[in-house]
Amino acid sequence: MKKKSLINTIVNAPYAIWATIFIIVPLVIVCYYAFTDKAGHFTFDNIKQLTEYSGVFGISLLYSAIATVITLLLAYPFAYFLSKRSENSQRMQMLLVMLPMWMNLLIRTYSWMNILEKNGIINNFLGLFGLDPVTMIGTPGAVILGMVYNYLPYMILPIYTVMSKMDNTLIEAARDLGCNGFNTWKRLILPLSIPGVVSGIAMVFVPSVSTFYISQKLGGGTIMLIGDTIERQMQVQYNYNLGAALSLVLMVLILVSMMIMSKFSDDDMEGGLVA
Amino acid sequence: MSNEANIAEKNIIQLKDITVKFDDDVILDNLSLSIKDREFVTLLGQSGCGKTTTLRIIAGFINPQSGDVYFESNRVNDLPPHKRPVNTIFQRYALFPNYNVYDNIAFGLRVDKVPEKEIKERVDEMLRLVNLQGFEKRDISRLSGGQQQRVAIARAAIKRPKVLLLDEPLAALDLKLRKDMQNELKAMQRKLGITFVYVTHDQEEALSMSDTVVVMHEGKIQQIGTPIDIYNEPENAFVADFIGESNILDGIMREDYRVCLDGVDFKCLDKGFGKNEPVDVVIRPEDVDIVPVEKGMLTGEVTQVTFRGVHYEIIIDVENFKWMVQTTDESKVGDVVGLFIEPDAIHIMKKSKYSGKFGDYSSYSDEMDDISNPDIELGEDEE
Repeated sequence: MKKKSLINTIVNAPYAIWATIFIIVPLVIVCYYAFTDKAGHFTFDNIKQLTEYSGVFGISLLYSAIATVITLLLAYPFAYFLSKRSENSQRMQMLLVMLPMWMNLLIRTYSWMNILEKNGIINNFLGLFGLDPVTMIGTPGAVILGMVYNYLPYMILPIYTVMSKMDNTLIEAARDLGCNGFNTWKRLILPLSIPGVVSGIAMVFVPSVSTFYISQKLGGGTIMLIGDTIERQMQVQYNYNLGAALSLVLMVLILVSMMIMSKFSDDDMEGGLVA
Repeated sequence: MSNEANIAEKNIIQLKDITVKFDDDVILDNLSLSIKDREFVTLLGQSGCGKTTTLRIIAGFINPQSGDVYFESNRVNDLPPHKRPVNTIFQRYALFPNYNVYDNIAFGLRVDKVPEKEIKERVDEMLRLVNLQGFEKRDISRLSGGQQQRVAIARAAIKRPKVLLLDEPLAALDLKLRKDMQNELKAMQRKLGITFVYVTHDQEEALSMSDTVVVMHEGKIQQIGTPIDIYNEPENAFVADFIGESNILDGIMREDYRVCLDGVDFKCLDKGFGKNEPVDVVIRPEDVDIVPVEKGMLTGEVTQVTFRGVHYEIIIDVENFKWMVQTTDESKVGDVVGLFIEPDAIHIMKKSKYSGKFGDYSSYSDEMDDISNPDIELGEDEE
């Protein structure tokens, strides 16, 4: 046993070092900045100041929650029916799902700008019929659309994984015991797919709530999410202390949301991608 | 041992002219089968013979390309699985991992919206039946194979189906437990007073449990009969070879009650064949007696002796046929002995497409050859 643990230590060492340098140390630095002022003295001022930003926090959480619900509603049926298709069809469609992810997030978001802009594709098209241009950039809808579009594959993937791993004889057993299609879903497929759903929610909600790029480009500068606010503090105002405080609170919020989520999954995360 | 007294006269399930094809493979070829109420019927055959497909047709998971399925004289082809009065015990149990033992067993009743109080009573009754009291809260993943098996039985039986379908339910258990479970299942079938349709590839299981055995091969029924009939009066060379050990020889029916084997005429009890009609002859190894040469009907040399516990298995070369003889008396390799066969030990079968495929014991079985053949993929399952 002793020998094994030595090997374990050696094998785990690279990750431990990596985690220390790139996760723990930065976290400590964030905490340090969050609780100090520019001169380096300990203070709660940064945290107190955050009350000004409660609206931004609220909107960020709201938009990401909406985006997460929409991705879930799109992804769940898609993943379910996909898992029933022939293997070739499954491979092909999963390829199509993953394809946009091979392109950079920035490029994808720029493309959406081109589509939604005042002189964009949609408005040009509407113009052909003599319709007035519709303002889309800068609306909450555009931001949420951006989130849904960019993060949809992250919802599909874990749900599809649990669905495709589901043993078909279990479904037959449920049918055999008297379940019609809906009952089979409600009593068997849904509970078994919860771990995938929870992973998917985590993988969509977390990047959505902290995004700054999508809201910057598709929000047209009028919609400020928490990510934008942090970015501005860091990059424009050089107020690292406030930026750190914002980040810290965001992290705590995400942590709390995830803990609430995992309550729903009955602590049973097997099959999911995020523990 | 048989519960013939309990079997009703009326048919509970009838399959008529069922044909199933997957792509171009014919899985079931114009199969017809009647199953009586409260009968223990076993579908017996090697993997790929269509036995599981037959079961799945009764359960409603497969729709045949042609043919009809009747349940108590109602045609049920278009009835989905959840509306059929049958329940299935699946090969690998298919217990729901998200529910504990109690909830697994209660599943079928909850779907039917039975009041919780009644569910509790019936689950308790089932737990008693399968001897699993005290396991209610146990997770499925923390059960042994034998325990999972019992939960699967309870889960299916709690719905009080008229027919219970069992798809190789004992295949995953080890030998001792399998024997015990055979007895338990048989007892359970009598206690529940319902029809069991049991699928297995294990002939011993089939013989010891069933009222009726249906021997299947290549999507066709080869023979339907009581275990004793199937063993003593096999319909063709395939059944004779598949059930138990047998010496299958080419013979010529000289006339009624006289058959010629290896140039020697034997008395037998069979009649109704044409004069000098070529036939297949099956003689069970335990029915052949080893006697001194002068008293024997055939003479041969002992080439192999294997001790099997209760008996010896002795291979004796007679001209060009290797006889297998099972006897409690030992012989030595190299002994020249006589073989004596009583008339009632000889069973005559009409020539069939299986004639000549199953000969003596000079070669390995097909399965043995298949194992060493990289071109053949051996799957556990039919599908």
